[in-house]
Parts: sequence; structure tokens; C-alpha cells
Amino acid sequence: MRHIISILIENESGALSRVAGLFSARGYNIESLTVAPTDDPTLSRMTLVTRGSDQIIEQITKQLNKLVDVVKLMDLTEHRHIEREMMLVKVKAQGTERDEVKRLVDIFRGRIVDVAATTYTVELTGTGDKLDAFITALEGSVILEVVRSGVMGIARGDVALKI
Amino acid sequence: MELTGAEIFVRCLKEEGVDVIFGYPGGAVLHIYDALYRQKDVTHVLVRHEQGAVHAAEGYAKSSDRPGVALVTSGPGATNAITGIADAYMDSVPLVVFSGQVNTALIGNDAFQEVDTVGITRPIVKHNFLVKDVKDLAETIKKAFYVATTGRPGPVVVDIPKDVTADKFEFKYPRTVKMRSYNPTVKGHLGQIKKAADLILAAEKPMVYSGGGVILSHASKALTEFTRLLGYPITNTLMGLGAYPATDRQFVGMLGMHGTYEANMGMHHADLIIAVGARFDDRVTGNIEKFCPHAKIVHIDIDPASISKNVKVDVPIVGDVDRVLKELVKEIRERKGKPDASALEAWWQQIEEWRAMDCLKYDRDSDLIKPQYVIEKLWEVTKGDAFVTSDVGQHQMFTAQFYKFDKPNRWINSGGLGTMGFGLPAAMGVQMANPKDLVCTVTGEASIQMCIQELSTCLQYQLPIKVVNLNNRYMGMVRQWQEFFYQGRYAMSYMDALPDFVKLAEAYGHVGMRIEKPADVEGALKEAMKLKDRLVFMDFITDQGENVYPMIPAGAGQNEMILV
Repeated sequence: MRHIISILIENESGALSRVAGLFSARGYNIESLTVAPTDDPTLSRMTLVTRGSDQIIEQITKQLNKLVDVVKLMDLTEHRHIEREMMLVKVKAQGTERDEVKRLVDIFRGRIVDVAATTYTVELTGTGDKLDAFITALEGSVILEVVRSGVMGIARGDVALKI
Repeated sequence: MELTGAEIFVRCLKEEGVDVIFGYPGGAVLHIYDALYRQKDVTHVLVRHEQGAVHAAEGYAKSSDRPGVALVTSGPGATNAITGIADAYMDSVPLVVFSGQVNTALIGNDAFQEVDTVGITRPIVKHNFLVKDVKDLAETIKKAFYVATTGRPGPVVVDIPKDVTADKFEFKYPRTVKMRSYNPTVKGHLGQIKKAADLILAAEKPMVYSGGGVILSHASKALTEFTRLLGYPITNTLMGLGAYPATDRQFVGMLGMHGTYEANMGMHHADLIIAVGARFDDRVTGNIEKFCPHAKIVHIDIDPASISKNVKVDVPIVGDVDRVLKELVKEIRERKGKPDASALEAWWQQIEEWRAMDCLKYDRDSDLIKPQYVIEKLWEVTKGDAFVTSDVGQHQMFTAQFYKFDKPNRWINSGGLGTMGFGLPAAMGVQMANPKDLVCTVTGEASIQMCIQELSTCLQYQLPIKVVNLNNRYMGMVRQWQEFFYQGRYAMSYMDALPDFVKLAEAYGHVGMRIEKPADVEGALKEAMKLKDRLVFMDFITDQGENVYPMIPAGAGQNEMILV
């Protein structure tokens, strides 16, 4: 099953490689990984998407907790949660295509953030499924570039991952 | 007063109560060596290869209640130390390894003798640090010792660039250390302890299965009290030998691939396994699908990640083994409940039947020296009270089977990583930690050659180690597997052109002996032990074809042992 694990980790050099190294050393897979400092500059927040049986996920969370730099973690999939991913897509848009793409962006509640003579750059936020759907909908157009942030997430209600 | 980083380093060791370190100098650590030269509190043992330094530090730690400390230079100094660090990681040995590093300004420039030590060691340490500023040095060292020795112990590497050891800063050693991200659980959950007590008192075919965690936690007394209180059979892992007296009737021997028939059959037929500081290693469980099919499992361990990693556990208790065992004993005593006596008697009867198979029997009438016989005699001659280290292979298994350890911390071997070359340097560490005690190392002609250079260190520091070399001219364990599973095609397992070990020992300034007849074994051992202040290298020419029995072949269950 797919799990989203949120991690608070010391914002120190090498902390990311400890997490990435753990996954490769123990043969766990990482579907996506995002990391950035939090409002507390000494802490980074990492969101990691992985797949595995309950036993594997239990081991993953235990092994992560064992890393000395990991302060706290939460398996978001155990809670009601919100997940978001951001995508930037550069797509060819010329002549009649321009209206077509614009309409599609509106339907998906995206934004055109850069306009050039022959291209649009589109910003879109949502779940991974929604981003996938947008890519599929663009099938008629020429996609020049796709940049995805990877998933980040947060629990709903008053459940919070903080120290 | 302001001190240089190197002086701070030495002061920190003193604050931590470190009396011995094992190391090898080099460019990046010259400031540190200069500071070591100008003090008297810390003894530095100069090894002949950095691998030896780390194994010696392991031996020191495993045979005492103090962490081991090693000091190596940057680049090749650090890479040579890797095997030892990985070994310590697999066997949870509390170790602090200091490595020199190139100047901070040069890091990343492929400078002379530069490697990314923190990067290379990351998967084989409990934690590691790169100290970039002398201001952080003392605090980092404090943290390193704290992390290495608490929770599930392990090696911690501190990488110190050369300029940091020259820079000056006010020395103040932190009294305490607090790390928000590191808080090992030591006290067992009371609810879980009660649940465990329910299962323990209700068991009809119980088996205590204890491992190296008991020794690391200094819980031998508590384990013995617990086991005797209940009257249950107990088996130890390779790493756990000595935690429970091996000469006691309740001890059924080591379990696992080369464990006893009674221990493995006991595990297989048990209805309750009480796992204490053990980690269900594949060499213990055999085929995991066939492991303990009838048993509920209670597992006490300080490392939550060890619980339900390989085998699903019914009642996990996370905590320090010593504390949890004491709580369990208290709980059981308070209940005044007793295990079902008739069920236990029937269980013991069954175990005694298995024990009567005498699975460790071997040919005692052979004209050749049997390795088992040497170990039996070693046990007799040393009255079972020596510190014994070993290398890896058949001789290691024979020692585990035939040297009956009655005390913890006496049996020092490389269990997890299985490092050939471990034995001799480890024995040096043991002897440094226990200068008045008898230290033996059991080895083979293949293993000993992997770190034989340390014979030179032994002379320099007058370490009167007794080397028991079981010389069968083969990598015995490799040969055994080739005999069993490769139709006797002995690919590259025969050692041609061996050195004359007697002359070699003498060349290193020690006493050498060659023993070729069974009748001479006991006399040679006695003679060697009499040479109290000399290292004696005993080269026993043993039966080339001897195998380690019994054996659980790979993929088989614990009840599917090969007997002889």
C-alpha cells in the first residue's frame, strides 16, 4: 500500500543523505521525496511517499526513527490528511492551440505563469491523480517540459507534526 | 584558557575516562598526536594497520564496561578502519572512532589523503559527525560518547579536519548532553510486562532464547535469576554465550546453524519463546517460514526496529534488557504463580532425550588432532575462565560449541559481520582492558594471516596473548560447504605455501610451538599457559577433513539438522 510519511529532521548537512541512504541500503522504494526547512530554521520537513506491506512500512518508520537526526515522524496515511503536489508544465501553444490550452488550464484550475510567442508555462497544484489527468488531457499538444515537486502533505484537524 | 583543538581532544578523552586508545598516526592527525605526546593520562597503542585498531577497540569494549576508542588519519587511515567499524555496527559495540580529515578549506577538492569519511561510513555507523569548527569540538565528542554507549550501542565516527585541531577555543566540557532527536527507551512498558508474565506463567514448553543484548546491557545476573526462578531451558546465540552459565543444567547450548540439537529442537517445538536481547538473525532462525511454528513470542529489546523485523512478535517489550528482566522477575514473584510443574517436567524429559543424542560427539580415537579436542583441552587447562577471542570459520564454531563460558564478556567474536582477522587485534584490546587476566585467541591459518601484522604490536606492548591456531591447511568452513554443496570441488580453499608459523612467531619476538599429535595437545597448552609474560603461538596441525556438526543447511528449518 502507498504511504505518505512526514518527517521532522535536523536541518543539518548530510541529513537528507541519511534518509536516502537508509532507503537504498535496505531496499525500500521511494516514490517521491520533498524536503525544505520549516518555520523553525533548525528543522527540515520531509515528505516521503513509499509503498510496501504493513510489515515493511512498520520497519521503514522504525528505521527512520532510529536515525539520530530524525526528530519526529508521522505516517499521514494513518490520519485524515491533505496531500498536494505542484507541477510546472511548458507546453507548445501556437495559433488555435493557445485557446485550447488556456481552456484546459481553466478547467483544471491551473494558472498560466509564463507566456511566450510559442509556449505557455502552466502551474498546477493538486493530488498526483489530478496532475496525471492534466498531462493526459494535454495529449493533443506538444509538452516541452514537466516539473513535479513530489508530494507534500499535512494532517487534517488538530493533528499536527511538531515538537 | 584557550586550548588548541588537539588539546581539547585529549582533554575530552580524559573527561570521558578513556585510559587507552588504539591508533595509527598520519598527516591529518599530527596535531592530535603531538598533544597525545605531551600528556600522560591516555595510553596510545600503536597498531600495525588501522583495521587492527578498530578491532582492538572492539575487544576492549566487549570485555569491559567502557567504550572502545580508535584514532586514525584521513584517507587510507579511515578506509582501512571501515571493516572494523562495520563489524562494530553489526555487533552493536560501543565505539568512538576519530578520523583526521584534510583542512576544511580543502574538503571536496580531492586533496591529498582525502576521502568523504562521513559519507563512506554513514551506512555502518550508529551516527557520525564532521566537526567544522573548533567551537563545536568538545560538545560533539560528548555527544559521540553519549550516542555510542546509550540505547542499542554502536560505533560513532567523529571526523576532524586538521585546521580544527590547530584552531584555539576556550575548553569547557559539557556536563550533560541532550539531543531532542535521540531518546532511547530504557524502561519497559508495564502493561506489556504484565502481558508477558501471563504468557510466561502459562507456557508448557517454554524456551528462553537470549542474545548479545544481554551482555551489552550487563544483564547476565538478571537473566540467570529470571531463568532459574522459572526453571525453563535456555539457549544462547553466538553473541550471547556466557550470559547464562554454560555448565548449568538448564543451559541447552547455542542455537542456530551450528547450535545443538536440543536447542534447535527445543525452539522448534516450544509453545513460548522468550527472546531477550536477540535479533532473530538468519543464522539463528534457519528458514523463517519454518521457524518456531507452534510458539508465541515475547521479545525484549532496546531497539524497536529489531522487534518484528524478521519474525512477527506477540508481546514486544522495548527497553533496557536488564531493567525489563528485573521488572519481570518482580512481577512473577508478586503473582506467586508457578509454571505448570507436570508440563514442565514432561518438557524437560523431551529435552533430555534430545540432549542424549550427544550431537557434539566426535571421533576421540583419531590419530589426528581434532579441533574439538583442542578446544575441550583449552577449556580444561584454562579452567573455563579465560577471555577467548576468535576469528571466523570452523574454529569459531568449535570454540562456541566446546568452550563452556560461564561468565559474560569472556567470549569475544565477530558474529554479525563475520570478519576474518578479528581475533588477534581483538585479543589485544581485551588484554589492555584486563591486563592481569589470561587472554587466548582461537584462530585458523587462514584467518590469522588477515591481521598477522599485529603480532608486532603485541611485542611492543608486551601482550602475553595465547594464540591457538587450528591449522588444517584449508579455509575450513569454505571447504565444508564445498564438500556438502559443491560435490567436493574445493575451489581456492586450500592454502598452499603456508608460512612456518613457529618461525614466524619467533621472527616477531614471540614463542612458537608446533603440535602434531593428539597426545601432545594438553601438555603444549599447559606449557604455553606457564609462559605468563610471553605471547605463545601454538600451531596445532589438525584433521583436514573435520566438519562442524550439527548443521542446519541453508533453507532448512531448525528441526532439519544434519547430525553427523
